[in-house]
Amino acid sequence: MAKRKQPGTDLEPVAGNGLLHRRMFLRGGAVAGVLGAASLAQAEPLAVPEWVTKPGKRPQPYTQPSPFEQGVQRMLPDQNPLYEPGSASGRTPHQFLEGMVTPNGLHFEVTHNGVPEIDPARHLLVIHGLVKRPLKFTVDSLLRYPMTSRLHFIECAGNSASLYGSTAVKGSVQQLHGLLSGAEWTGVPLSVLLDEAGIDPKAKWVYAEGGDASSVTRSIPLAKCMDDVLVALYQNGERLRPNNGYPVRLLVPGFQGNMNIKWLRRLRLTEEPMQTRYETSRYSLLLADGKTAQFKFQLDAKSIITRPSPGYQMQGPGLYEISGLAWSGNGTVKQVEVSADGGKSWAVAALSGPVLPKMLTRFRAPWKWDGGPAVLQSRVTDDTGYVQPTRDALIAARGNKANYHYNGMTSWNVAGGGEVTHVYA
Amino acid sequence: MFMRKVLVLTALAFPAAAAEAPHLGQPITEADIAPWAIDIAPDGRGLPAGSGNAAKGEEIYVEKCAACHGFDGAGQPADALAGGQGSLGTAKAVKTIGSFWPYATIIFDYTRRAMPLNNPQTLTNDEVYALTAYILKLNGIIGAKDVMNAKSLPRVKMPNRDGFVQIWPGNLK
Repeated sequence: MAKRKQPGTDLEPVAGNGLLHRRMFLRGGAVAGVLGAASLAQAEPLAVPEWVTKPGKRPQPYTQPSPFEQGVQRMLPDQNPLYEPGSASGRTPHQFLEGMVTPNGLHFEVTHNGVPEIDPARHLLVIHGLVKRPLKFTVDSLLRYPMTSRLHFIECAGNSASLYGSTAVKGSVQQLHGLLSGAEWTGVPLSVLLDEAGIDPKAKWVYAEGGDASSVTRSIPLAKCMDDVLVALYQNGERLRPNNGYPVRLLVPGFQGNMNIKWLRRLRLTEEPMQTRYETSRYSLLLADGKTAQFKFQLDAKSIITRPSPGYQMQGPGLYEISGLAWSGNGTVKQVEVSADGGKSWAVAALSGPVLPKMLTRFRAPWKWDGGPAVLQSRVTDDTGYVQPTRDALIAARGNKANYHYNGMTSWNVAGGGEVTHVYA
Repeated sequence: MFMRKVLVLTALAFPAAAAEAPHLGQPITEADIAPWAIDIAPDGRGLPAGSGNAAKGEEIYVEKCAACHGFDGAGQPADALAGGQGSLGTAKAVKTIGSFWPYATIIFDYTRRAMPLNNPQTLTNDEVYALTAYILKLNGIIGAKDVMNAKSLPRVKMPNRDGFVQIWPGNLK
């Protein structure tokens, strides 16, 4: 049995610029000891607030966040304020969120011609092409299938794209990395429906089409569809939000967000990929030499620190928790390390379980800020052994024109005055 | 017996797999699916009857497309449709239909299903062929008098046809 460490020893730094051992979070005492001293300075009698002396409001049929949380909103695109037809997005405010699950009202979206208001009674899912029996499914019939629930992240392949640029955009984690969310998805394994239609042995790809006014279409490898793809009907326990594909969407774990076809209405089994606009001129990576990497589906391992992050004001020297998200489209998060000195030294962060494949993992690391300049970074290693690259290494490998799949590190500069900004380091 | 069943089920990614499925899909014929099945394969499968040339396409373009894509496909506020050929390997890569798209059939497929954004799927097949011809002519890929139809369109070789490297089932380094 390991010898129990003496209280206080976990506060010794394990990496440069004040990073402490992650074990500190496993035992409450040390934190309380440090923070408790400050609160004793207050010596006023406690006030009795009015919400104790008057009855509260009656229940509502569908509750909303506290009015004091009204600042927690998705970020909408500023280049299209009048909502002209075309692409639009809503970005998740990770700087305000904790845990691993994104609330439904804050889940990110990218739409290519608005959010359709689909009447589920008039919606159908058709499976055809290289199948023995072309079939159509009503939404009601899909709801009668045995359900599978799993937690997965969805990330737009264009998330974090500005970090390919030569200047560090002074944005928030929401603006830079907000095309990312995690949720529990419930639905019917696509393999069940494909088996029901009877797969022709010649079929190798599944061409999926959305039923909105942009008719997004993508070709997905049949092997992936038979492995872990869901025809999703529920999101975090309730039916999908219209913004996220109501009444039925594809959930393609770990692959480019655009492939998780929303408002799914048609699947055609084919021998070859269909070479659609969204898998040729979009969601492909233009490399330095002018060649284009196509069908790069997997979102490689990536991590971001969500607190502190730009917009957060440090409140004087002392103990802080560095909190962030890590994920891998190729598997499960194995380890996350954080640095407070721009990558010179690293401390292993604590992972807040459950740690699930192709899902966001919350990590935390204790940090004693001395009030001086610091550069915070995180890097994840997944269970394939892949280590998240630095920004420089990523760009050295594929150039800066790729636009999609940025998964290099992000650096937050903490200035002496406590302001946090995005920098390249 | 019970234990064996449990072991078999836990070995599957989806415990509630096919054997228990209620089989609620209803048969439908490809003919009945046709109004939705407007996809065009790169070899031309799915291309409908009809035809058009660049002169006709320019008339439609000025009326229905130029407000977003600019005159002569120059772009702004929406994507540029022409130009940029030879730029992809340079620091100032310009991705347009002419410089970037690998198959001419994509122009027909995407224009018919999604354009114009304020009124998608309202163009006739002749109009889509004519617009496709106009865009190809703007990029110098076909001549002004060339007619685009189900036979000629798949034969058009786009300048960047060989510029794409397929990553799946591998991964990018």
